[in-house]
Amino acid sequence: MPQTLFEKIWNRHVVLHEAGKPALLYIDLHLIHEVTSPQAFESLRETGRKLRQPGRTFATMDHNVPTDPRPFKILDASSRRQLDAMVENCRDFGVPLFDLESEDQGIVHVIGPELGLTRPGMTIVCGDSHTSTHGAFGALAFGIGTSEVEHVLATQCLWQAKPKTMEIRLQGRRGPGVTAKDLILYVIGQIGTGGATGYAVEYTGEAIRALTMEERMTVCNMSIEAGARAGMIAPDDTTYAYLRGRRHAPQGAAWEAAVTQWRGLPSDAGAQYDHSVVLDAARVAPQVTWGTNPGMVAAVDATVPDPCSLADPVARHSAELALEYMGLRPGAAISGLAIDRVFIGSCTNSRLSDLEAAARIVRGHKVARGVRAMVVPGSRRVKREAEARGLDVIFREAGFEWRESGCSMCLGMNPDILRPGERCASTSNRNFEGRQGQGGRTHLVSPEMAAAAALSGHFVDIRTWRAKP
Amino acid sequence: MKPFHSITAVAAPLDRPNVDTDQIIPKQFLKSIVRSGLAAGLFYDWRRLPDGRPNPDFVLNQPLYQRAGILLARENFGCGSSREHAPWALKDFGILCIIAPSFADIFYNNCFKNGMLPVILPADAVDELFRAAAARPGLQITVDLAAQSVSLAEGRGFHFELDAYRKQCLLEGLDDIALTLRHEAAITAFEARI
Ligand code: SF4
Repeated sequence: MPQTLFEKIWNRHVVLHEAGKPALLYIDLHLIHEVTSPQAFESLRETGRKLRQPGRTFATMDHNVPTDPRPFKILDASSRRQLDAMVENCRDFGVPLFDLESEDQGIVHVIGPELGLTRPGMTIVCGDSHTSTHGAFGALAFGIGTSEVEHVLATQCLWQAKPKTMEIRLQGRRGPGVTAKDLILYVIGQIGTGGATGYAVEYTGEAIRALTMEERMTVCNMSIEAGARAGMIAPDDTTYAYLRGRRHAPQGAAWEAAVTQWRGLPSDAGAQYDHSVVLDAARVAPQVTWGTNPGMVAAVDATVPDPCSLADPVARHSAELALEYMGLRPGAAISGLAIDRVFIGSCTNSRLSDLEAAARIVRGHKVARGVRAMVVPGSRRVKREAEARGLDVIFREAGFEWRESGCSMCLGMNPDILRPGERCASTSNRNFEGRQGQGGRTHLVSPEMAAAAALSGHFVDIRTWRAKP
Repeated sequence: MKPFHSITAVAAPLDRPNVDTDQIIPKQFLKSIVRSGLAAGLFYDWRRLPDGRPNPDFVLNQPLYQRAGILLARENFGCGSSREHAPWALKDFGILCIIAPSFADIFYNNCFKNGMLPVILPADAVDELFRAAAARPGLQITVDLAAQSVSLAEGRGFHFELDAYRKQCLLEGLDDIALTLRHEAAITAFEARI
């Protein structure tokens, strides 16, 4: 019977499955970070259990790290304690750790692919919902809670109910100025924040095939914002070209053998999905979120919607609360909204190509008066490569802060936060109330749109953007 | 883990959809390296006014609901971040059961790992419970896991579905890892094949 990409990976990882119970699934790669792991290690100590597979476990520090210039001074005692706990846990249990001094440190979903740890056909988990990012390589990757982190540390397995499958096909080609970020925001706007709950999503279609690896990561990253268990894209030559030569990728004959095997992963012709959604990429405009979840999104040339136009009372009430929190009036032009802050970063949009795209807009311009803008590379490697290309100079000369790598203002665990009422154009993935700081107002956009907003002081339609001479 | 059989408690109505885990427990409380003591951060931004004083309008601040054991919620409850701090904070406050038309996957899973029961009821049934809670503030609800039922004192009741395996684990308070390690031989055999 023809199988989907998801089914092939799933079937190959079932350790055991008794009827009526979840399957015991083997996990190839377990990534951990400082925020969702300490309680798991604590329980392992209490129960005297060991780490089953140190070779399949890698740790980084990203959520709670400072991003101001080195050398770091971590003033917050509880942050320091959490980072110290990570060092101690990794040492005691034998987990390789990319700590603040490591050249490889960075956001967990940026460094996994960079180091070639993320590969097609794998099962990958992390105590972080954006683990769906790794699905861009044709892997089955999903976020788990801390109890499950502990479970994987101890057993290298997880009990999993098999999710249903959903195909999201993006037909046609996207227009100029429309990025991978716009595609996925559009998808979430169409199917809703719970639209893919219970499903493993596979993105297909011409517009997906045309994406680079970094763009595919942006798409898969935000699968969770539609509620998906996982988001994935079948591997192809783009995938193999990206992976070849990376540190943990197979080398020589092993590489050839791996590629041969990976070529068998894409969904078979005629494979059935439990649900299919077809969308036209050509209809997608640059997107800006206006509300307090990623499904509350509109085209940049649209206006803030009127809650009264919503028939469902729960949705209407929720839109009213969102507009109140965001300080927006129905009918206001999105492109006219003035901003105070700009954040270019996060596991959605902090890779080299994201920074290059933003720098192309920024080159030779200045950040608008009264706007504070920052660029936070996703990893130390991204930062080095960007600096080798002179991007840091472009951003700095324009008035952007050029910072060290980490999650930073994506979730504001470190001191990088919005003040109450500040409006921010952000390339991250969540516009929840208070996500970037209590009372802060987040609008999710692409790196290009964030850059143009920084220079203009308000949102602009990147399709009409003309670089000043 | 402590087994969960049934609960009869005050149900606090939280009437908005898509309540995310950033809302349930904001980031500043994620610096903890232990599971306990997180009730102080539960719905922090909603429970406080900008000047830090308690917000008297927020449901869990109202005297009637300070001992709530059940949370009545709308669709897609617990979406967003995977932080298990969200169920830890609810549990620390005393809420052991959440009733909603739908939950986000990771949050739903995380509840079971902590001896908590997320109950999925059809949207119209949840609506009815919201109406009952509005008509009689401080309404008590009984949720019986073995019978898979949600009932009100006057006899109105609803049946809910859940996975048989999850039900058993919760009823018996089983330790997941100990269960898995019973299959050690199967895992080792699998590892030898890959
Ligand atoms: S960048 Fe943001 S979304 Fe990504 S892992 Fe860090 S906190 Fe989570």
